[in-house]
Amino acid sequence: MVGYFQNLFGEGFGWFVAHILLVLAIALPVMALMAMSTWVDRKVWAVMQLRKGPNVVGAFGLAQPFADGIKLFLKETIIPSGASRAVFLIAPMISFVLALVAWAVIPFDAGLVLADINVGLLYLFAVSSLGVYGIIMSGWASNSRYPFLGGLRSAAQMVSYEVSIGFILICVVLYASSFNLTDIVESQKGAIFGMFNLNILNPLLLPMAVMFFISALAETNRPPFDLPEAEAELVAGYQTEYSSMAFALLMLGEYMNIILMCALASILFLGGYLPPIEWAPLYAVPGIVWLFLKVLFVFFLFAWVKASVPRYRYDQLMRLGWKVFLPISLFWVAFVSGWLVFSGHFHGSGT
Amino acid sequence: MSLFDRAKALLLLEFVKGMALTLRYAFKPKATVNFPFEKGPVSPRFRGEHALRRYPSGEERCIACKLCEAVCPAQAITIEAEVRADGSRRTTRYDIDMTKCIYCGLCQEACPVDAIVEGPNFEFAAETREELMYDKARLLANGDRWERAIAANLQADARFR
Repeated sequence: MVGYFQNLFGEGFGWFVAHILLVLAIALPVMALMAMSTWVDRKVWAVMQLRKGPNVVGAFGLAQPFADGIKLFLKETIIPSGASRAVFLIAPMISFVLALVAWAVIPFDAGLVLADINVGLLYLFAVSSLGVYGIIMSGWASNSRYPFLGGLRSAAQMVSYEVSIGFILICVVLYASSFNLTDIVESQKGAIFGMFNLNILNPLLLPMAVMFFISALAETNRPPFDLPEAEAELVAGYQTEYSSMAFALLMLGEYMNIILMCALASILFLGGYLPPIEWAPLYAVPGIVWLFLKVLFVFFLFAWVKASVPRYRYDQLMRLGWKVFLPISLFWVAFVSGWLVFSGHFHGSGT
Repeated sequence: MSLFDRAKALLLLEFVKGMALTLRYAFKPKATVNFPFEKGPVSPRFRGEHALRRYPSGEERCIACKLCEAVCPAQAITIEAEVRADGSRRTTRYDIDMTKCIYCGLCQEACPVDAIVEGPNFEFAAETREELMYDKARLLANGDRWERAIAANLQADARFR
């Protein structure tokens, strides 16, 4: 495709046009997916509370997210008089853009990835760490008490859980011997008895998968770790002063991060675009469909947890992050690497 | 926390149990009343939107005794009366400020001729404040529209009065 546009528009400009189109081909479906994810979220949440959830706008209420979007778009953007204008307006854009650029390295199918860089996982980790800036800046720039407290909480929370997420990622990387996401997915091919393409069935990685899921909840500020926006204490946390499209961007960024974490969990532990069972007819289904189904499943888990578990207290959150997850994941890295050396996992790869 | 409890907490048993419970709830019948399309039951004593009733002959019931105006705790009712050409006493003005009304039902209790009643209608939200200043024509129109429901409700509740 890049070659076609280069023939059409010349070397440099053709490359540029082709990549813009590729970016749009990822960004637009991801944004549509994000819109639908709010619908899935609300529906799952409602169903578990004996409610029906959105069901009026469009068939099964499917058009509800778009109605919400239009509503937010038509609202007035209110900037508090004490707010730091520039930072206040940049913050939502940062959280939105960062949530979007992370998708560049996600492999949707074998070879179907925008940027096939060899440190894809590191890139993802870096971008998701940067996401905290959007929240801190929105909390700070609002010049208001609740957003400020929310921003502080969010910073501490995301930093704490990133540490253990890092160790969990290392466990998977040790198995795959690569930071490239496509390689990580391919390493799961027939990983379990040559039959199942799921890292999660590996007894050494199962606890890491559970911990990754819980850390992902904390990392994306989802219940039960939604302390930055704990509505009972902080009104809406760092989002309190936001309205209209600025709020919509914060919200979009948040949900896009959630889907990104779902995709990451699918790639690291559920075999990404591979079918779950190593059986030829299952390969007839395109890889992107498998990835979509896996993302949907993990997202359902996210919504399910939201419907089930009450919010953690701040000190409990910190205790869990630093005194439970960090030691366990640290120990597990040593354990897994020890096991892999002992069982001769690295002999073939030449490391 | 004993060592055993810690080990149990690590297995997330409580979370698994809790989430199994919410998953079971997901398959139960929904409690939602799909409001604009379905409506919940309304008691015959329900105190909703006001209406002025008429006799079957078409003559309005209200005799301008002003008991409702006197009893109204929110002072939402304003009545002016004159003697009509045929010598009977009737209201020339009967206004209810629905933004003041507290829906206590005392006007209905005070009325000796069952003229002013609170009907079963609760969907009379308006876009402007002015629309909620009901005048006599509006109240009589309400009475005409809801007469059958109001009469049935009064009948159902009569033996408790």
